[in-house]
Amino acid sequence: MNERELLGLADDELIVGWRDSEWTGIAPMLEEDVAFSSIAQNEIGHARALYELLGDDADALAFDRPPAEYRCAPLVQLRLPDWAHTIARRWLYEVADEIRISALRETLPLAAKIDREERYHRMHAEMWHERLAPTSQFRAAVEELWPYALGVLPAGGQREALAARVGRPVVEAVERGTHLDELAALWEEMTMVRRSAPAGAQW
Amino acid sequence: MSARRLDGARPRAQAPALPAPERGRVWEVFRRDRAGAPFEHAGSVLAPDAEFAEAWAREQYGRRGESAALWLVPRDAVHVVDDWADEFDLKYRRVDGYSIKARLKEARERAGTAGAR
Amino acid sequence: MRDEQAFIEYVQGGGQVEAGDWLPDDYRAKLLKFVEMHANSELMGVLPEREWILRAPTLQRKLALTAKVQDEVGHAQLIYRVAEDLGKPREAMFADLLSGKAKFHNVFHYPTKTWGDVGVIAWLVDAAAIISQKALLRCSYAPYARIMKKICWEESFHILHGRDVILALVTGTPDQFELVQEALNRWWGPLMQFHGNPIPRDEDPMWFWRIKSQGNEEARQQFLDGYVPQILELGLEIPDPKLRRNDDGVWEYTEPDWAELKHVVTGHGPRTADRLAFRARFLEQEQWVRDAVLAA
Repeated sequence: MNERELLGLADDELIVGWRDSEWTGIAPMLEEDVAFSSIAQNEIGHARALYELLGDDADALAFDRPPAEYRCAPLVQLRLPDWAHTIARRWLYEVADEIRISALRETLPLAAKIDREERYHRMHAEMWHERLAPTSQFRAAVEELWPYALGVLPAGGQREALAARVGRPVVEAVERGTHLDELAALWEEMTMVRRSAPAGAQW
Repeated sequence: MSARRLDGARPRAQAPALPAPERGRVWEVFRRDRAGAPFEHAGSVLAPDAEFAEAWAREQYGRRGESAALWLVPRDAVHVVDDWADEFDLKYRRVDGYSIKARLKEARERAGTAGAR
Repeated sequence: MRDEQAFIEYVQGGGQVEAGDWLPDDYRAKLLKFVEMHANSELMGVLPEREWILRAPTLQRKLALTAKVQDEVGHAQLIYRVAEDLGKPREAMFADLLSGKAKFHNVFHYPTKTWGDVGVIAWLVDAAAIISQKALLRCSYAPYARIMKKICWEESFHILHGRDVILALVTGTPDQFELVQEALNRWWGPLMQFHGNPIPRDEDPMWFWRIKSQGNEEARQQFLDGYVPQILELGLEIPDPKLRRNDDGVWEYTEPDWAELKHVVTGHGPRTADRLAFRARFLEQEQWVRDAVLAA
């Protein structure tokens, strides 16, 4: 994986973690609220570790680029304020992530570390997938998010692996490099406090 | 023909007499701080099954790395024991049932060892 | 033991009772109401801070604030479980919260306007809350006392986080210092009201039943003792010209606005309605999830 791809992985983790943190306080069940927040924090922790591989200042990479320079997949940019879509994304993202992290493990020690933590994310996603799979809400959400999910992985073998695991055919993907308006809105909110002080200010 | 029970049909299993949730089950959480420590009751989670109970108890009782292990037990699997008969003097089975000072003093005096220590 | 007088003597002598024990009706009712309000407060307390999770200016602050708010949700879970074991189902408590029938603490009815609020809340509001929480560590109702141990342990990092946020701001730019001062000016009134109006000990049912080991005024004095010096040493001003410690060591201050406290806590705070509506919206929207998960 080259630097550009690594940045994409880091940006994916940052933005999906940010999105997942939106559920703090409003998840469908109290116990799940606590567990889900840990997942969001882990994702952001992974992003931080990956940014630290790429540069001296993880915060600068996380916050100080304009939206157009983020390399995250459109799947994580989507704002999904309902549980069916959120869990569908969690599940699709974890399946895709496992495929790409496995490919990375030989060359990147950090990938193995991330993978060990992601194991618990996968357990969580699978648990919810099993419970919600019979529902129309979840199935509709997976259907809707599928082209976005494919866009998390590069075209070719990895997408085919994803399709096989999820049990859906490969279709035209919403490709990485597409920037949704939702990302700009997220970035505005994410950076508003940071931008309120001069660059280099301490927080 | 079945004989009448000696204990007058006392119920076999008694779970804690607490309100049952309308849906889901209460899972009692026991945690061990570190290797060598005993499991201690830490609280409970409301969950539909063991898988959810685990996913949730993991975070509620372990996200800071504060637990070496958890035991999750459905509350209705717990058997409560909270009554004993205490009618007769059982102190002979305990340390406080023995007072050896007076006799030891006499024995030492007889042996001539009183004051030697 | 089903004798109310014997029960009173027992708890007033330091005795503790467990879930499932016989409890006098008045004790059970007062305890449940207190516990329920505490649980509601932890849950509603999430909302003012939640907005700032999404705006945290560094990854470290993002993680710390998310973890802090996660703890509040966790505390809500612990406390609701205590109330559930006292006989009130979770769904009923949520319904009463959202209808306004059940209450939550004043501070969570106010807006958070800047990152300065984030610091002030984590440092001072949490400090005020910890004082109340420590007064519950010897609660006569043992299940509640036990969870308070875990809660107090987890809260200890919240105050450090809050203080760290404040210190970064007061040693930053003049604008950042001003963020803190301005937030403090807005939060001082609600903070002084937080522990409630003074109730004489012999009129305080929470003391009678040994649910709390400390009265309202005692808690407020403890807060002032601990935190006024910490605030002043940073060069911040406290917006109460009458605030001073007299020769007996007792803090004097402008009488808090008890009418405001009552008004806010009975559901008329600046953000009460929209926060309850926000919770209600998500609760309703995700009812199908609970149905799918909890179905036998």
